[in-house]
Amino acid sequence: MDAEILARVQFAFTVMFHYIYPPLSIGLGIALVLMEGIWLKTGNILFHNMARFWTRIFALTFAIGVATGIVMEFEFGTNWATYSRFVGDIFGSALAAEGIFAFFLESGFLAVLLFGWNKVGPRVHFFSTCMVALGAHFSAVWIVVANSWMQTPAGYHLERMVDGKPVRLPLDHAVTPADLGSVRAVVDDFWAMVLNPSTIDRLTHVVLGAWLAGAFLVVSISAFYLLRRRHEEFARASLKVGLGFAIVATLLQMVSGDLTAVGVSRNQPVKLAAMEGLWDTQPYAPLTLAGWVDAKAEQTHGPAIPGLLSFLTWHDAAKPVAGLRQLPPDDFLRRFHPEATTPEQLATVRRNYWPNVPAVFQFYHLMITVGVLLLGLVLVSAFFWWRGWLWRTDWRPTRLLLGALVLSVLGPQIANQAGWFAAEMGRQPWIVWELLKTSQALSKVVTAHQILASMLMFTAVYALLFVMFIFLLTRKIQHGPDTEEESEELPDSWKAILRLDDQSSRA
Amino acid sequence: MDLNLIWFVLVGVLLTGYAVLDGFDLGVGILQPFVRKDEHRRLFLNAIGPVWDGNEVWLVTGGGALFAAFPEAYATVFSGFYLPFMLLLCALIFRAVAIEFRSKEPWPWWRAMWDWAFCLGSFVSALLIGVAMGNIVRGIPLDAHHEFAGTLLGLLNPYALLMGITVVLLFAMHGAIYLVMKTEGELHDLVRGWVPRLIGLFLAAYILFNFYTLIDLPHIYVTVRTRPWILLVIAAAVLTILNIPREFSKGRDFAAFASSCAGMALMMAAFGLTYFPNMVLSSPAPENSLTIWNAASSPKTLGIMLIIAVIGVPLVLTYTACIYYIFRGKTTLTKHSY
Ligand code: HDD
Ligand code: HEM
Ligand code: HEM
Repeated sequence: MDAEILARVQFAFTVMFHYIYPPLSIGLGIALVLMEGIWLKTGNILFHNMARFWTRIFALTFAIGVATGIVMEFEFGTNWATYSRFVGDIFGSALAAEGIFAFFLESGFLAVLLFGWNKVGPRVHFFSTCMVALGAHFSAVWIVVANSWMQTPAGYHLERMVDGKPVRLPLDHAVTPADLGSVRAVVDDFWAMVLNPSTIDRLTHVVLGAWLAGAFLVVSISAFYLLRRRHEEFARASLKVGLGFAIVATLLQMVSGDLTAVGVSRNQPVKLAAMEGLWDTQPYAPLTLAGWVDAKAEQTHGPAIPGLLSFLTWHDAAKPVAGLRQLPPDDFLRRFHPEATTPEQLATVRRNYWPNVPAVFQFYHLMITVGVLLLGLVLVSAFFWWRGWLWRTDWRPTRLLLGALVLSVLGPQIANQAGWFAAEMGRQPWIVWELLKTSQALSKVVTAHQILASMLMFTAVYALLFVMFIFLLTRKIQHGPDTEEESEELPDSWKAILRLDDQSSRA
Repeated sequence: MDLNLIWFVLVGVLLTGYAVLDGFDLGVGILQPFVRKDEHRRLFLNAIGPVWDGNEVWLVTGGGALFAAFPEAYATVFSGFYLPFMLLLCALIFRAVAIEFRSKEPWPWWRAMWDWAFCLGSFVSALLIGVAMGNIVRGIPLDAHHEFAGTLLGLLNPYALLMGITVVLLFAMHGAIYLVMKTEGELHDLVRGWVPRLIGLFLAAYILFNFYTLIDLPHIYVTVRTRPWILLVIAAAVLTILNIPREFSKGRDFAAFASSCAGMALMMAAFGLTYFPNMVLSSPAPENSLTIWNAASSPKTLGIMLIIAVIGVPLVLTYTACIYYIFRGKTTLTKHSY
């Protein structure tokens, strides 16, 4: 295999593995703020034990998130050196901002969150929890800014170094392999770069996806305790927090998903056409619910609802949606291929600007399917909760529902990964949308053997980490939350709050 | 002052912050096999428990700042040092998860396994950081496009390896001094007994390294002749390190640690002063070197980044100080400990 494929596979593998953990930390961070907040407000010791239990799980996901994150930051330089030279001026500042604004905040206050229970008072501890959650969100902000700029670059111009002096290039300059090394992208307008056309949509969508991951983890473990009839009082309270959070996040995610898709249709129409498997530009464009794409015959098979895609994209079923056979448009192709003049020639080069349509289609549909399943699940659970059936743990339908909730933790994980695959594979062949090709971005000095060697190493290490993570998580779940006696070790400043609760809530 | 120079200093400050702070974490890891009792090993871990993660962020941010301010240097070094850096990542991963996992289970084999991971992870990280720095000082072959033109074996030259060992000894010494400050009783006395020997070993390596440099690397000899005050900085660094036993003998553990930190900062300063204005020195063919001018981002980005740094760094320093303040004093084991 050549170095390009290997480098892509390695990047995809390491970032996928990294992305198991940050969403859990981001989502659990919010859950912890809720739990500790409720505890401070009501003084109910149950919520204190809850916060402690989930903090221990948070520590686990956080540690692996940190360990695997550094790999990502190094990889831009190791695998994608040409890319780094080309966009460093823009992309680097987002990564540096992430370090300064997010990681320091998060890792600093994490110390207080984990080890500060008997060093600081409850209010300072709560403040630290909030800061950790905020830091985790900041990391998402800056990394999504960086990634969104790759999807929809803005606020930059290209310049070429001539005798050590920068010369500004015209806006429609098409980067050729010969340009690499002397041409680079340079920032014009920092805020236009940060708030590029897709940042807001994608950031909302990513953060909500992370909330779902955290919320469903809480839901899943609590449902497990209820099914097993262990720590029942704790599990009921925990389930309420988790489920409430999950319901809100899932509903919001549907709205955000729609907005994101509309954004893609405006900014990256080729990607949208690939995600939807739409070949021809047409009014009343259909939405294919499920099926498969025959890339050879350039056809999509499967049940479809006519007009729905047009309606979702333009809020007007009669408006045409562009299909792959017309995308990217002719004038764009001519910029890169002045030699292609006849429609046939254009049709041939056009194929080189399509992503892997079957894969993008399937990943996108997998995300949506999971999203719809999760929506169904939270609606049913909300109904059970409202009717008070959720707590009848010996009733068969409730047990079935709890069983589904135990499994639900996988849903957001699958949807998150599938969503990223759709987004990133849909961006191909570009590493920076319509600016730099992935094939031009590779490190020149790194050989396929080296990448293969490091990939084998990371596969082994990550497999070990994953086994450890699952093992320790199971052990923590088996151990369960602290009992009330264990909390007696609390320092006096905390006990004051607990006593207050003894009088108010137990009276 | 021009922006390129400011960023040369700032990247240096971030990496110095990393060396000074994570240096003692790595040192604790390197020293950990020298205590056998489980309780002592736990005290070692918990001495760095609340802070190691924040300390590592200095590396992450230093890397980010290098990427943003000097993308050419970032790309050249990271792709050129491909395999050593992948190993470094692997070592840092093991170091990080070992701290988190070790005390989760009581089984002796489990703890022994993660103890090894912790120690080896720390040792290999320190060694590779040193080897990388050694090569940077010595110069690496670059072609006209500033791409690395050397080989993996070329990176493992005796000079760089000596630097690697020097850094391992430096971090071990620094870690021991930190531990003296954080421990009490029997363990305190034990670790304190190590310090003079570690200082001796380190200084021997450091002085050897400096002589080796002057003999083996003519370009540095030339630089030092034109900037003789660099020798003063090196002498100050050595004196600061020699001050450590004096502080200990007066029972001022914190002052001893501060002295060690200052010594490291001075050594980094000497490094930076010798190296300026290069970012990546090319040897042979010095005309292909990356300097703070031809490796830099556009002035606009450097300016934006400066604003980010001016907002961010004071915040970072404030809460880093708060965290160290909250966790000041001797380490004790509680049920929240590792
Ligand atoms: C729990 C997670 C989750 C769920 C339930 C959904 N998504 Fe999603 N989706 C993500 C998690 C995610 C993600 C992992 O966060 C992605 C990857 C890249 C990104 O920006 O967000 C994503 C990407 C992504 C993209 C591509 C963005 C791009 O290419 O820049 C679109 C168009 C949608 N989503 C649309 C939807 C729709 C219409 C959904 C309705 C059911 C939906 N998503 C549910
Ligand atoms: C290629 C892209 C990415 C890079 C270069 C990257 C880089 C990093 C680095 C260096 C760390 C360790 C920080 C530390 O030492 O404290 C980290 C952790 C983290 N990253 Fe990433 N990351 C990437 C993708 C993402 C994405 C997509 C998200 C979220 C949407 C994310 C969110 C986080 C969070 C929340 C942490 C803290 C650790 C945790 O909570 O598990 N990262 N990342
Ligand atoms: C965290 C979730 C993410 C996942 C699961 C993910 C997934 C992927 C996948 C599957 C590829 C390979 C695409 C292909 O080869 O067809 C890829 C490529 C890439 N992604 Fe991501 N990505 C994530 C986040 C990010 C972020 C946040 C950034 C940048 C800040 C980023 C930058 C890149 C780069 C530089 C490549 C390599 C070039 C390429 O193949 O396009 N990714 N990613």
